[in-house]
Amino acid sequence: MSLPLAPKPAIRRFHQASWDEPVIFELSTPGERGVFVTPIEPGVRDAVGDVVAALPAGLRRATPPALPELGQMRVLKHYLRLSQENLGADLNVDIGQGTCTMKYSPKINDQLIGTPQLTAMHPLQDPADAQGVLEIVWSLERMLAEISGMDQVSLHTQGGSAAIWANIAMIRAYHEANGEGEQRREVITTIFSHPSNAAAAKAAGYEVITIFPDAEGYPDLAALKAALSPRTAAIMVTNPEDTGIYNPAIKQWVDAAHEVGALAAYDQANANGILGITRARDAGFDVCHFNLHKTFSTPHACGGPGAGANAVSAALAPFLPGPRVVREVAADGAVRFDLRDTDARSIGSVAPFHGVIPNIVRAYSWIMALGAEGLLAAAEIAVLNNNYLLAKVLEIPGASAPYAAGRRRIEQVRYSWQELFEDTGISSEEIGIRMTDFGMHYWTSHHPYVVPQPFTLEPTESYSKAEIDEYVAVLAEVAREARETPEVVRTAPHNQTVHHTHHDDLDDPERWAITWRAYQRKYFGAGTPASAAEPAETAA
Amino acid sequence: MNQPFTHPYLPNTAPDVKQAMLDATGAASVAEFYADVPDELRLSRPLDLPAPFPAEQDLARHVRGLLAKNRSTEDRLSFLGHGTYQHYVPAVVDEVINRSEFLTAYAGEPYEDHGRFQALFQYQSLMAELLAMDVVNVPTYDGYQATATGLAMAGRITGRRRVLVASDVLPAKYSKVADFVRVHLDLEHVPTVNGTADAAAIAARLGADVAAVWFETPSATGAVETALRAISDLAHEAGAIVVVGTDPIGYGVLTPPAEQGADIVTGDIQSLGLHQWYGGAHGGFIAVADDPTFIMEMPSRLFGLATTDVPGEVGFGDVAYERTSFAQREEGKEWVGTAAALWGIAAGVYLALMGPQGMADLGELLLARPRYAQQRLAAIPGVVLADGALHLREFTVNVAGAGLTAEGVVEALRREGIEPGVVVGEHTLLVCVTELTSQADIDRLAASLAGLATAADASTTPVTTATILEEQNALVSDAVLPLAPELTQEQNA
Repeated sequence: MSLPLAPKPAIRRFHQASWDEPVIFELSTPGERGVFVTPIEPGVRDAVGDVVAALPAGLRRATPPALPELGQMRVLKHYLRLSQENLGADLNVDIGQGTCTMKYSPKINDQLIGTPQLTAMHPLQDPADAQGVLEIVWSLERMLAEISGMDQVSLHTQGGSAAIWANIAMIRAYHEANGEGEQRREVITTIFSHPSNAAAAKAAGYEVITIFPDAEGYPDLAALKAALSPRTAAIMVTNPEDTGIYNPAIKQWVDAAHEVGALAAYDQANANGILGITRARDAGFDVCHFNLHKTFSTPHACGGPGAGANAVSAALAPFLPGPRVVREVAADGAVRFDLRDTDARSIGSVAPFHGVIPNIVRAYSWIMALGAEGLLAAAEIAVLNNNYLLAKVLEIPGASAPYAAGRRRIEQVRYSWQELFEDTGISSEEIGIRMTDFGMHYWTSHHPYVVPQPFTLEPTESYSKAEIDEYVAVLAEVAREARETPEVVRTAPHNQTVHHTHHDDLDDPERWAITWRAYQRKYFGAGTPASAAEPAETAA
Repeated sequence: MNQPFTHPYLPNTAPDVKQAMLDATGAASVAEFYADVPDELRLSRPLDLPAPFPAEQDLARHVRGLLAKNRSTEDRLSFLGHGTYQHYVPAVVDEVINRSEFLTAYAGEPYEDHGRFQALFQYQSLMAELLAMDVVNVPTYDGYQATATGLAMAGRITGRRRVLVASDVLPAKYSKVADFVRVHLDLEHVPTVNGTADAAAIAARLGADVAAVWFETPSATGAVETALRAISDLAHEAGAIVVVGTDPIGYGVLTPPAEQGADIVTGDIQSLGLHQWYGGAHGGFIAVADDPTFIMEMPSRLFGLATTDVPGEVGFGDVAYERTSFAQREEGKEWVGTAAALWGIAAGVYLALMGPQGMADLGELLLARPRYAQQRLAAIPGVVLADGALHLREFTVNVAGAGLTAEGVVEALRREGIEPGVVVGEHTLLVCVTELTSQADIDRLAASLAGLATAADASTTPVTTATILEEQNALVSDAVLPLAPELTQEQNA
């Protein structure tokens, strides 16, 4: 006699949780309490009187904020249900979000950061009381200096784009210090570099020149040389680019920039396949940044906090944000970590205090779990996984990997469903939505879509061969549906918390509802808009 | 021992699997995949990194050993604020944001990530109630960035360059804002009087070239601005936009800036359910009216309600996505990227737990206990309050009359296990009092400081009003003005 177990089907029968949970304001019951505040002591009350009644006219809030009133367990249950309606990387085969390196974030690191010895540390405490956290910051800086080949590292920024901003802010300060701030007004980037390189450069006051790839998808060195001039402040490039193609002429790019007096900034968001293989400084870069939430495993947290790391050559070190963590060795050999202010050349503060400390500790722990051999192995396995995935995806009719035909890729590939689209009319976005019905995440590409009908996959080192095979099987299944039952794809999602959502509500100022308050007012006439925008008539 | 190399984080290091995958690619070795990396750029040696701890228990012991060197605000009595604040974090907040589904998610569609969209829409909505404004963004990095962007928005909307800085600003925040906006805006600090804005001086400087008047309330010294409505009216008459940087912790009892004329309200959410984390847990909000003139200048994502194919079903999506750098690269508004979404979810949970009564109770406490602390400290001979403003959570005291320096006070009280505050002037200390510092804690601080004051020779340094005013002005970072070297030093602290 055997238990009546059937083998699992090749394609998972997934359905996302659907709790039908109301918007939290609808759950409010007057008088319920979620948490109490400690009472004001009688002795304090006696001494200070009724401080609220004593507020000057106009400073005392006339009507309480219309926050919902809920018992504690109801708040918990509400948010846990919402969490179940969310597909974290811990639950799916999260290789569909290329460029973002959705690797495993080890649970031990989450545990380690939860101690009050970290959570209850104030950044202005006596440094003597912060020796542990300062040592970790200092050590991670040194590790990233070694990994990048750079001289100095700052961990102050809170994300990759914030780090890109710090890159361009340092470049700007450098040229100004050399008296070339007025002359150098242009930044050159490539279309397959993250959009924030272009956007941050623009925000810093630069004109942006974008280089498109050559016919084979390689960054176009001739186009770069044509764009470089004494007006160039910097090149800001990713390598490998978001296509997974490594620019073999990267040193020539850097040299060409240097020849016109420009600096070379390296967006290392895509560093996961080249750890221990090749380093930014060795290619001549002056400044680079890592995303600790990508390459160094800190969780993506629904979109942050991540953490950025800016690494620079000695020439740019004076421009780093401050304050800096320093390691001092006393005459008796005692080691002490301290904080030191930067001087006037620094771009100053880029964020409060010393960066996203919980993620700095997580990234430190990740490196300390792997070491040099493990980092290299992680890079090599990420690249093996990617080239394995590439071979498998190319077996799916209608899928292609534009550019660099027959060449290997590093850690990700930007694929195309153009052929499938021409055959079926099903777009990459539609395929992506149908993928969610199988419990799989999928992403197309940054805009603009240079690769037609794009999708970008990055398997990282974290997923097993079996999981990669499972992802490919679902891709193939959806491609088959596109040909055989296109309506199923077109009307997706079918197994999700909610159904196909209409975007026209979101682009119409008359209809959009960005908060519950605005929704109540616009659709039910409740309340009045606060703070009418009196100065709007001054709009330029 | 570990040859061939395997690791728990790297499943495909299993030798047979690795070989099978290589075979599937037709590659003889992993080296083939790096054919495009020139030999001259190849690192020819192993990275020089510390020896690792591959076994999890060894890693844990190592990291815990390092963190055990810390002495936290649970081990010390802390009156530290100055941008990062110790508030109680309800257990439910940590429970929710530590859920794998939220912690490890990123950029899913509003289908498989419906929960993330709803939680962040609710964050926007809960903040909107607290701030009495109709639009709040998905969090940006921190309050510094939020205010910098708010000012930049005002510049873009008005097409003007001048910004009048009406309040005392945290030096680090001023540094960040100044460097962020300097190609677009010129900041001019208008010295405060008695801790708050100098309405007459601002009125005199207002003109048709002023893009914004920037208030901080509570200010860098914890002073609550009392003239916001009056000055906002003047600013609006001049066609300027009123940008406020604030901490929302007090708006259970205090009138929110939007009801006093503010157009763009910005600030930090660390106080709302986030641990101190050595200053490493900040998120920024930007709030405006439901007016496309303002909304279309916001760089951040905005999640909105949407209809679906099922009548009555609530879906979510990105509002006006075409504003963003995701859609438009350098033609978008500033940029958007990974910032602080999970902290936004935390702040939402916090506000849902606190409710209107909790925020009212806390707001009252953050007025009452600091007032009590002011009374206790000012009762010490030679210790005086640095201004007469209304304070929320933080205030400054001048210890010159007690023959003390602020550094001296900190040094001495640290020996007693007390962090008495942040040194913001030679004789000025910024003291922060929250729900985690009780009456008994305040009494202990007062007793210790009184002991120091008695011990010092008070006759050597008589305090004058001038000393106090001078130090008060030194709290402000005027990065665009020429600064005395010693002042620069202090501001970078």
